[in-house]
Amino acid sequence: MERPERVAAALGAQPRANGCSGAAHGALRNGYVRGLPAPDTQINHIVHNGGLYKRPFNEDFEETPMLVAVLTYVGYGVLTLFGYLRDFMRQWKIEKCQNATEREEQKDFVPLYQDFENFYNRNLYMRIRDSWNRPICSVPGAKVDMMERISHDYNWTFTYTGRVIKDIINMGSYNYLGFAQNAGTCQEAAAKVLSQYGAGVCSTRQEMGNLDKHEELEKLVARFLGVESAMAYGMGFATNSMNIPALVGKGCLILSDELNHASLVLGARLSGATIRIFKHNNMQSLEKLLKDAIVHGQPRTRRPWKKILILVEGIYSMEGSIVRLPEVIALKKKYKSYLYLDEAHSIGALGPTGRGVVEYFGLSPEDVDVMMGTFTKSFGAAGGYIGGKKELIDYLRTYSHSAVYATSLSPPVVEQIITSMKCIMGEDGTTVGKARVQQLAENTRYFRRRLKEMGFIIYGNEDSPVVPLMLYMPAKIGAFGREMLKRNIGVVVVGFPATPIIESRARFCLSAAHTKEMLDTALKEINEVGDLLQLKYSRHHLVPLLDRPFDETTYEETED
Amino acid sequence: MDIKSMKNYLYWLYCQFELITCSYLMEPWEKLLFYTFNVTMLVMVLYTTYIFVPVHISTAFQFFLHLFGNQHEKTVSVVK
Repeated sequence: MERPERVAAALGAQPRANGCSGAAHGALRNGYVRGLPAPDTQINHIVHNGGLYKRPFNEDFEETPMLVAVLTYVGYGVLTLFGYLRDFMRQWKIEKCQNATEREEQKDFVPLYQDFENFYNRNLYMRIRDSWNRPICSVPGAKVDMMERISHDYNWTFTYTGRVIKDIINMGSYNYLGFAQNAGTCQEAAAKVLSQYGAGVCSTRQEMGNLDKHEELEKLVARFLGVESAMAYGMGFATNSMNIPALVGKGCLILSDELNHASLVLGARLSGATIRIFKHNNMQSLEKLLKDAIVHGQPRTRRPWKKILILVEGIYSMEGSIVRLPEVIALKKKYKSYLYLDEAHSIGALGPTGRGVVEYFGLSPEDVDVMMGTFTKSFGAAGGYIGGKKELIDYLRTYSHSAVYATSLSPPVVEQIITSMKCIMGEDGTTVGKARVQQLAENTRYFRRRLKEMGFIIYGNEDSPVVPLMLYMPAKIGAFGREMLKRNIGVVVVGFPATPIIESRARFCLSAAHTKEMLDTALKEINEVGDLLQLKYSRHHLVPLLDRPFDETTYEETED
Repeated sequence: MDIKSMKNYLYWLYCQFELITCSYLMEPWEKLLFYTFNVTMLVMVLYTTYIFVPVHISTAFQFFLHLFGNQHEKTVSVVK
């Protein structure tokens, strides 16, 4: 943008009335030093927020260019027309119908398959379906092997050619710290535990499924997070959807972010509490809802709410944005409500020692009432946890559906979590964990900066390892996935309904296992595909910075 | 060399058209239908332009000439 020029202007290049120009750092005549505003990126610097933020918060969601939005709608319009044509042909038996329909004898009954609601599925998703559900046949590390498949009837059925595409650079797996490995200390420890305990637990946590490994894991997780106590569950999605109903019920209020994950939404709906949505990461919207809730109480009876629970996530995986945690905690304390923080993507990935978004902002874990997270992303395992005060966790041990009915974690998986967590904390005697956390931060900064310089529209916070690259047009979703696979790079592309209809994107997940050479190869190919498909929509024209040396640690840099 | 780069550029433009109108995703018979429709519309528009636009422009030109032409004669007589 014109930021460098603005900065130069603000630094007092113009002469003042008496002919002398200002001092070097923009000091005016009466000594008042002007701050350096950047209108497009939201930099909540110390000056603006009364000391809540100890580091600059750079988030950027560039607006969709008008021409691109219009052309995207044109593309969807054309596909919709052809969808109607194909449906017409399928109805009148001109074309064979390949999706699910009822048997002839049941045609007069109430319809089993909702025909029109699957319109999008039949006519748009089917055309680009080969970019999803690709079968991989090796460990999803920095490089992955994939089975090649082709389709002869335009993605309705797939056949495998038998060939395995080897060494595809994996930019889609949630492997933030690179613990998805089939060799090394984690794998050896897990193999030993497998030979000792077996793979299955054959019971729920409350009955006979509580192993000493689970107790060890929970103590370790509590120590890692800095909370009093923690509990681990077998599935990350089930942790959210089964525990929120145990915490809130009818007569309580849930304030949930607009872009929360499906597990949080499901848990909130199952609980039976009243749900109100605030705009994504917008603290004014949240404060307004809190004020209304306190002032007006429950809708008809005007009684005060039994509990107010704020549901936020650490990193939102579709946007790459980080929650404004200092402000949320300040609001929570002011209006006396509770905070449920879902750190699925941010645990292990943010913070100087990988303790998550609470450490990233320099806050105390005691301010967050319920700290939830998953072991799937940064620890290379499966499952979820909830951490908090001892009374809360003891209550959840008895009243959570997941503890009572779900099978507990499998022992080798538990050992993988324990080993990787000890590695991150540095308790295994090496500095491998710390090195990985720093490598991830460097990879994040480097990758995001290079993509922005190339001219792509990238959403989200500068420090988030989830990088969404905007595609917008439906044909480009399919084209991007295919072209990148041709060049041996595996990416995840996302469209409707996971994102708004015109804002489809490609989502890169960076990893500490990616070396600089892999990132450079990937960036070169993304550049090529970007030119081929014309994806460089950004109008900000960043001035490329002088390339900093790559092995500088990013947490001691100052913003320039 | 210039012809080759020109051909590459035209092919690239055709790819952009395919991506924007989503004909990249269509089966061959759908593409045929879509292009036939588009080409037919375009040919009709061009034909209409060819037949009608010169006549309209010359009529409009004559109208304005008549308007300014009268004024010109009047001013000449007044000045003289």
